[in-house]
Amino acid sequence: MGLFADKYPNVAFEEKSRLWEEVKADPRFPTYLYGCYECGICVAACPSARFYDFSPRKIAQAAAREDVELIYEQMNDDVWNCSQCFSCNRCPRQNSPGGVITILREVAVRNGLRSAKQALEGYSRIIYKIMGTGTQVSPDMLQPDAFPDWGPQVRDVSADLDAWRRALPPETLHTVSTGWQVDDKTIIELYLIWHHTGVMDMIAEVDEGLHMILSDVMEEKLEEAGYQM
Amino acid sequence: MADDAGYIPYDAVNTKSSRRFERQPEYAPQDFHARVFELEADGEWIVQRVPEPYVEVMTKYGRKKKIPIELTWHHKSCGQCGHIPGYSTSIFWLNRKLGLKYVDPTDQTSCTAWNYYASATSNAAAQASVAMRNFAAAYETGYYPLIHCGTSYGHYKEVREEMLHHVEVRHQVRDVLKKLGKPLVMPEEVVHYSEWVHAMRDRIAAQQTRDFSSLAVTVHPACHYYKLVQEDAIYDPDIYGGQRTATVSALIAALGAEVRDYSTWYDCCGFGFRHILVQRDFTRSFATRRKIEVMKEEANPDVVITHDTGCVTTLDKSQFVGKAHGANVGVPVLSDAQFAALAMGAHPYRVCQLHWHSTEYRPLLEKMNIDHGHAWAEFQGDLKKLKSGEKEYLSWEDVDAG
Repeated sequence: MGLFADKYPNVAFEEKSRLWEEVKADPRFPTYLYGCYECGICVAACPSARFYDFSPRKIAQAAAREDVELIYEQMNDDVWNCSQCFSCNRCPRQNSPGGVITILREVAVRNGLRSAKQALEGYSRIIYKIMGTGTQVSPDMLQPDAFPDWGPQVRDVSADLDAWRRALPPETLHTVSTGWQVDDKTIIELYLIWHHTGVMDMIAEVDEGLHMILSDVMEEKLEEAGYQM
Repeated sequence: MADDAGYIPYDAVNTKSSRRFERQPEYAPQDFHARVFELEADGEWIVQRVPEPYVEVMTKYGRKKKIPIELTWHHKSCGQCGHIPGYSTSIFWLNRKLGLKYVDPTDQTSCTAWNYYASATSNAAAQASVAMRNFAAAYETGYYPLIHCGTSYGHYKEVREEMLHHVEVRHQVRDVLKKLGKPLVMPEEVVHYSEWVHAMRDRIAAQQTRDFSSLAVTVHPACHYYKLVQEDAIYDPDIYGGQRTATVSALIAALGAEVRDYSTWYDCCGFGFRHILVQRDFTRSFATRRKIEVMKEEANPDVVITHDTGCVTTLDKSQFVGKAHGANVGVPVLSDAQFAALAMGAHPYRVCQLHWHSTEYRPLLEKMNIDHGHAWAEFQGDLKKLKSGEKEYLSWEDVDAG
């Protein structure tokens, strides 16, 4: 039993323990957590702690004392607030609370936790872009309705996008739907990486629709190149 | 700086401080180089050597790091190429202006780390495979990888740590690369472009054509440059007494501008990886309240210079809403590469592509004695030719001729 009231009593302790064991089994985990002095330096350095009810110290503490119920709560309610800036690596005990959070997020995604699905709602198009094209953001994403808070300059970019891209001297940057020109052969190698390392299975857990679209896109290209997945 | 203006009196960046900060060797993490070469001797991978000639710089714990001067393979950045393309264009322009050979590859994917830190829809083996595929692609050209993005740089150093110390990850990645028909290659050093700019700063200053002595600058050091695998970021006892990374600040000092300090220099920009895309209320608030407003109040800079994709994007794009709310914002944001290019006479639109930036930058150009009205008219002339079909692309030759 942890120090706090169990916020998810309907989830069996065994299930929470299973997820925690998965976190600990990650080869990086032992190098991300060595104990915690409770000094709070990580909290002082943390941008998310200034804006959310979020504490990298609590994450490190819960993990250090293996408080399975609190860790499950954090895996659902806290980890997506982290900025992943790794300012918390300032830890005098050499912990990386941000690194622990990376693993907690990964386990949440791999196991299709509802909170992970919610956190990634609205983010699918980005995953599609990076996994499907090999570049994360593209010039044609700069649309006024997507970035109204970036001001009227976004409208200027989108209005003249094609000409503005052709006015870039590097030959690789004349693209509109990708950040730069990526070879077909390179994309196929990237698809093979996603398939051979279990990433496609992770996508299936959090977003079936996205998985279906990505599979279609990838299979067509891979089959053309002579690969059967 | 006048004390009565409310600035923090701080000149450590321009003068040698009497305070010395000696890092104690017992706290230094193990030097990774020995293990990198050991694994090569064991036949596990090939180590790509930094090509000669190179510049040796000092890293956080006093070790030397080799920075290649030329024969570089430019590992581009998604956010730079996609949304602030004058950043990458300026890096290439600097290489061309200095007469250095480089490759701008199409056999390159993103490091995919922006997505990984945002969504966790990947894993250690996949991330390392992406990194090692790109390293192999660089090796096959005979050119040395130079990483444009701070996050790619930090993440690739994390990958190196995982490949060095976790045999199961290393062997999984080796098997994936084998299926791709690629060799397993680890570069001798993971090098960020801003380290190259740092190493080249005296040559850049030697070709400076614009006077920057009246410029006040604040620096935002990028988190993923020096907080991730921090032991091989560049430090210099003569810059901030060796207590902060010297990258960027040393360049600005070399170009004759004044580096002004502010109290929240360690804070991140607010990018947040997922936040900048789907939770921008956090990003906007943090960037304006913890960074730009503090810089304005404490240092009142003409420009903030940084060295990463996300930082330029966040600090630049977030100011529009702050301005709408009457916040004390309005500081143009440039990368060190754009700043260096402008110092060497680069065109603000054809090369630095400042029209992709949001925050008002024209007063800065005026302080640099650049006629932005004339430069914009020239660029409009280029666009006219592109739109009429008279020209298909603006080429490097066009830029050089202008």
